[in-house]
Amino acid sequence: MKPFASHYLSVPDLPRRRFVQGLAAGGILLGLPAIIKPARAGTVDTRTGDAPVLSGTEFDLTIAETPVNFTGTPRMATTINGSLPAPTLRWREGDSVTIRVTNRLPVDSSIHWHGILLPFQMDGVPGINYKGIAPGETFTYRFKVGQAGTYWYHSHSGFQEQTGMYGTIVIKPAGGEKIRADRDYVVQLSDWTDEDPMQVLSKLKMQSDYYNFNQPTAADFFREVSRNGFKAALDNRRMWNEMRMSPTDLADISAYTYTYLMNGTTPARNWTGLFRPGERVRLRLVNGSAMTFFDVRIPGLKMTVVQSDGQDVEPVTVDELRIGVAETYDVIVTPRDDAYTLFAQSMDRTGFARGTLAVREGLSASVPALDKAEWLTMTDMMGAMNGGMGGMNQGGMNGMSMNGMAMDHSQRAMPGMAMGGGMAGGMATPSSQVRHAKTEYGPSTDMRVDTPRMNLDDPGIGLRNNGRHVLTLADLHTIGGPLDPRGPGREIELHLTGNMERYTWSLDGLEFGKSTPVHFRHGERLRVILHNDTMMTHPMHLHGMWSELESPDGSFQVRRHTIPVQPAQRISFLVNADALGRWAWHCHLLYHMDTGMFREVVVA
Amino acid sequence: MNKHMKLLAVLIAALSAYPVWAQTDAAADAMPEMGHSTLDQGAMPTMDHSKMNHGAMPDTSAAQPNMNHDMSGSKEEMQNMDHGEINMQGGSAPADARDPHAYSGGYTLESGPYSRPGPRELRMADEHNFGALLVDRFEWVHATGGGNATAYDIQGWFGRDYDRLVVKAEGDVAKGKLEEARTELLWGHAIATFWDTQLGVRYDSGAGPDRGWLALGVQGLAPYWFEVDAAAYVGDEGRTALRLGAEYELLLTQKLILQPRIELNVYGKSDEVRGIGSGLSETQAGLRLRYEFTRRFAPYIGIERASKLGQTADLARADGEKTGETRWVAGVRFWF
Repeated sequence: MKPFASHYLSVPDLPRRRFVQGLAAGGILLGLPAIIKPARAGTVDTRTGDAPVLSGTEFDLTIAETPVNFTGTPRMATTINGSLPAPTLRWREGDSVTIRVTNRLPVDSSIHWHGILLPFQMDGVPGINYKGIAPGETFTYRFKVGQAGTYWYHSHSGFQEQTGMYGTIVIKPAGGEKIRADRDYVVQLSDWTDEDPMQVLSKLKMQSDYYNFNQPTAADFFREVSRNGFKAALDNRRMWNEMRMSPTDLADISAYTYTYLMNGTTPARNWTGLFRPGERVRLRLVNGSAMTFFDVRIPGLKMTVVQSDGQDVEPVTVDELRIGVAETYDVIVTPRDDAYTLFAQSMDRTGFARGTLAVREGLSASVPALDKAEWLTMTDMMGAMNGGMGGMNQGGMNGMSMNGMAMDHSQRAMPGMAMGGGMAGGMATPSSQVRHAKTEYGPSTDMRVDTPRMNLDDPGIGLRNNGRHVLTLADLHTIGGPLDPRGPGREIELHLTGNMERYTWSLDGLEFGKSTPVHFRHGERLRVILHNDTMMTHPMHLHGMWSELESPDGSFQVRRHTIPVQPAQRISFLVNADALGRWAWHCHLLYHMDTGMFREVVVA
Repeated sequence: MNKHMKLLAVLIAALSAYPVWAQTDAAADAMPEMGHSTLDQGAMPTMDHSKMNHGAMPDTSAAQPNMNHDMSGSKEEMQNMDHGEINMQGGSAPADARDPHAYSGGYTLESGPYSRPGPRELRMADEHNFGALLVDRFEWVHATGGGNATAYDIQGWFGRDYDRLVVKAEGDVAKGKLEEARTELLWGHAIATFWDTQLGVRYDSGAGPDRGWLALGVQGLAPYWFEVDAAAYVGDEGRTALRLGAEYELLLTQKLILQPRIELNVYGKSDEVRGIGSGLSETQAGLRLRYEFTRRFAPYIGIERASKLGQTADLARADGEKTGETRWVAGVRFWF
């Protein structure tokens, strides 16, 4: 790869920007009038880029508002120790850590240690685990670290996670690092908006497609007519229009307001990780964003995935992976050329985060163009298509014609799947009988899927058949098998629901305020089925306990703390309810969580 | 004075009874889903029966219960629906639908092991109030036959996802005087995915004596994205009225939007002092083209045809006024 001139300056053409490349150099905007001063006099700019590393067993973290400037507009971010991302904490498995967190914000704050097993009082969710950290107060977290790998931490108060309160945790295994690498970089992806996140939510409440500038238009229609004919174009849209849903609803918040960051660095500023040719480089990919699924690839370099959500997996080499909100992937790459682009495009294809792996500072490789956004398909809306049914009837006929055909239960399952998964009888396989909650028939829910897909090998919308080998959940196998050989003693089912028009998100059609907790008996091992009755992918995160994802035939797949459930998909996982206390359980898309897609779990 | 007291008493009685009958508990099959079932019915059967090989269908009659969306239908039919039919939107919970609270073990957010002391601290946005004010039309109106006016059409709301206070105001001003104004204060309550009922009061002012009404309507989104607003009104002296409005937004491009809209007003009794005749009284049909500089600010131009019909037209003619006019409009649509 030929190197070219390092940083290029993008002129922020704010009124018509499609996505923001961000500033080229930290806080200083060349050629603009001095009136735009990036930093407030008397305050220190937030440190961005490689986060400072804190090691040991005692940590002091201070939460405060510090100025940032990613787009040319100075803004205040909520940061820890003045850096965005927050400092990387390095722990050792087996150590007991003490973390004193001082809150210098004018409002309550909190820190949640994402994916870390610890006593519930240390989990950091205000209103569930403690009362939060009041302004001026210092809260001391103390717990024993009983695991290793890459994790992250973030605020669980308000929208502080959106405004910069996120950092990475790197835990060295007790027996020493088994994964060989010459270099080790944290690559934390996030999304930044200059807007006040509460304003963003208010806008979504008034117009849920506020940030979607990729909607079907008359111009699109005529283009499609000329390409595929009038009937095909009409049929393609008919079902969506009848249902009053949009096939372009990939992300609620797009690059219309977001700038995507890699280690707190804008694409223009180009975070760079150095290497020497032939070295094994470990990249700890962390998605610390609020709302963005990133499709990550390094043109010219394959990635070998070695850990998922901090847990070792059988190494699998891919060209590209989708990292959902709150997930982590550790990959090993062996770069040989001078420079590679670390490319992380958002799922809705409106923008990207970007960095470089290079042999020296100042080099960069060409940045790929954003892929075109694809419309959601019938599979995303309706789930499992019956054999030959999938291809035909793209229009309004579809639902009805599927009804009429012999839709017995076996049609809903994947071939080869044992149908013993009823309520009684074997727990060997997860039940495929769809049981919607009775609260899913009211104003809180805009659709229900009766024929979900259960396969884990779909890379997802926008990644299908793109000519690259893309990671899927089916490719991930946790080394060492499940934590517990026991099968589940019982099975529960929760449906992911929402009403896009009202911008409300829920579980079983009930927002948090109307919900009751889910009770796990201490010591039991149970199966949780999550059934997605929406057309968005939801990264579901259960605090305090591992979620052991199963494949549709009931065999153990991978251990995760955050599981992305695709549109119209039904997945199941086993949980050992070994952690006493109350825990949060929610979709990790921040604005979904906030509008009610949240539950408490009581383990007692 | 008596009439107003009566109206007030009716209003208070209606408002207090309202939450009771407008329960959205999905288990309450008897819920009057106004407009919902019929409209969703319209959505489902675009199926072309000629294409379906009925012989292949195991139970052709099973297709019918899905179509016949009788809310009070037999439980048996409901179970048939659940068993093999796809009904992705709307509908009623089958008798054997899962209880979402079944896993709670009797615990609540405030009670049970490890619950925090005192009243519940954690409240998400579903328990917070939001609001917005939309100025859908704020326009300068020029009638082709001469005459200018300024017209406005505003809707604001404040509250939560399923219950909110709604304000609607529409009117026009000509020569510095308020010619006609209709203002409504309503309580909006969600009854279905895309529909809200609205109950409250309406106040007409402008030329002629003011009129007060009790208002009851529905507002929502019909299949194919038609925005519908329909209301019935009861005033004193036995006056009744009906107002229907529908809008559609056609995206020519991401920012250029063509919006046809129609509105019609029907009155039970003539109100000659206000130039209103009974029956279908007036209609407005317009086409507006707006450019969204931002989502919240869009100037537009358009053309509208306003017509007085029937007895209202007669009254107009008697007064020497026109019964119909074509207008050019130019204005802004904005919200915050």
